Amino acid sequence: MAIVGKTSSSRSFRVSRNMLTALMVLFILYSFAPIVYVLLSSTKSNADLFTTFGFWFGNSFALWDNLQLVFAYQNAIFSTWLWNSFVYSTTIAVGAALLSTWAAYAFSKYEFRGKKAIFAVVLGAVMIPQTALVVPLFLLVTSMGLVNTPWAFILPSMVSPFGVYLMKSYIDESVPSELIDAARVDGASEFRIFWSIAFRLMAPGFSTVVLLNFVWSWNNYFLPLVVLSSSNTLPVTVGLAQWYKLGGGAGGAILYSIVLTGAVVSIVPVVILFLFMQRYWLGGLTTGSVKA
Amino acid sequence: MTDISARPLRPARRRSSKWAQKLAPYFFLAPFLVLFIVFLVVPLFYALQLSFFRETMVGGIRFVGLDNYGKALTDQKFWDGVLLLLRYGLFQLPVMLGAALLLALILDSGMLWARAFFRLGLFLPYAVPTVIAALIWGYLYGPSFGPMTQIADYFGLPRPDLFNANTMLYAIANISIWEHVGYFMIIYFAALQAIPADFEEAAVVSGARAWQYVIYVKLPLIRGTILVTVIFATIGALQLFAEPYLLEALAPAVITSSYTPNIYAYNLAFVNQDYNYSAAISFVLGAVVAVVSYVFQLVSARREGK
Repeated sequence: MAIVGKTSSSRSFRVSRNMLTALMVLFILYSFAPIVYVLLSSTKSNADLFTTFGFWFGNSFALWDNLQLVFAYQNAIFSTWLWNSFVYSTTIAVGAALLSTWAAYAFSKYEFRGKKAIFAVVLGAVMIPQTALVVPLFLLVTSMGLVNTPWAFILPSMVSPFGVYLMKSYIDESVPSELIDAARVDGASEFRIFWSIAFRLMAPGFSTVVLLNFVWSWNNYFLPLVVLSSSNTLPVTVGLAQWYKLGGGAGGAILYSIVLTGAVVSIVPVVILFLFMQRYWLGGLTTGSVKA
Repeated sequence: MTDISARPLRPARRRSSKWAQKLAPYFFLAPFLVLFIVFLVVPLFYALQLSFFRETMVGGIRFVGLDNYGKALTDQKFWDGVLLLLRYGLFQLPVMLGAALLLALILDSGMLWARAFFRLGLFLPYAVPTVIAALIWGYLYGPSFGPMTQIADYFGLPRPDLFNANTMLYAIANISIWEHVGYFMIIYFAALQAIPADFEEAAVVSGARAWQYVIYVKLPLIRGTILVTVIFATIGALQLFAEPYLLEALAPAVITSSYTPNIYAYNLAFVNQDYNYSAAISFVLGAVVAVVSYVFQLVSARREGK
């Protein structure tokens, strides 16, 4: 698609193109600078952090030493945090996607009493800020005896009204009702129809919801901060933030390299997911909002 | 033989499958609905209930009606936080959404080298957790070994002070803009790509200039999307927590325990153990979010109607 009234052969087109590309390069520099900075910093010794320029390598290449420091600090708690993040995010992602998909399937392919009202309530919940719920959630999981256990973070996170909304629009489009009726005539049970016919057709949408929920829970901070307290239950975001806040005080200088290198390690999984599954990711984020 | 035995079975089977069809949606819905009620609806009403009570040294917990809300209305700390959010939103929202729209229009213009690279690269910060983004920017801003200080020193310029009462707000806004501008760009870009090519041909025929085509055709066509993003971004801004909560380590004098309403609610609950007042504050904040998104939707519905 060319811009109105200009063709790629005209001089003004080439001038505009170069100017716009230059502008985009500026924005890309802005986008990449912090990431480049943290990558470079993770290769520096603590002394180099203070004495060498932030956007270039230091005098020594200390990445391996830093990694060893990160993973050894405080009885190797960092690997526990990483593992926690992985387990929590995977459980939440798969759980939330299954719950959302089942619910969305009911909303999309069945008629039942109260359907419109329930769907309206679920849709309205998309607008509820999670933070308004954190204090009562904390008291609730405390009274249930779940506080400071993984479930206190996992169970509430599995409720994803946005996932339901996303899956419903996906199922509406990708699973034809005629196919379900045909399977019924053939005598297939409702659950068999779901698993062996409908679910296969909605698999791409399902993967998107898994991916989005994985990233959201990996990146979540407020809820785990509140409901998890003992060090060995924390996800990596909360743990690393704790180290960072320690480092802010006096005598915390040794923590600089550790936190910077820890930051690199903790974003690697999400960035890898991002690069390899960008199609699902972008698709999921845009489905909901473009249609509205 | 088989015919005779099969025949009476059929209607029975039909009836059972009708039943199955009626019951199945409840089975599919139940797991989500149970967790939805337990972890979303119940906490919501629990928060409302909490906000009507107060715990006192003598006499324990007692019903105080709307007293906590009355207290919030006259609480200088709460209003300072609200005011700060307002200043923050008035800067962060237009800059972030404006930049996102501009970037999306450039991507959509088809006049770019390496479009796929730019789209991916600008979206990359969204993959970085908020907390990690905040701490990286904290180091970048930092006076001890931050590159901004280094550059200023190198050129003999005065060191930038990003952590005083006036600049902190923009330092925080920048972190949030950095994280989300690519996300909103992707949403705008998808909406722009959905505009049929016919519109452009019509614009060419009627002799429209590029900027006229953008302002009079493209932008009105993606108005619905812009509205949704304004709502999302407003909800996000009202919940501001992680960025200032982390930067507090660097500037404890500026980022107080009531810097934003959310930080205030957090500290009230988990430092002061005043859950009742904290719930009232959270509830006011949640109500503001609900009203804001409702008003936006109402305005847009009215516009569509005209």
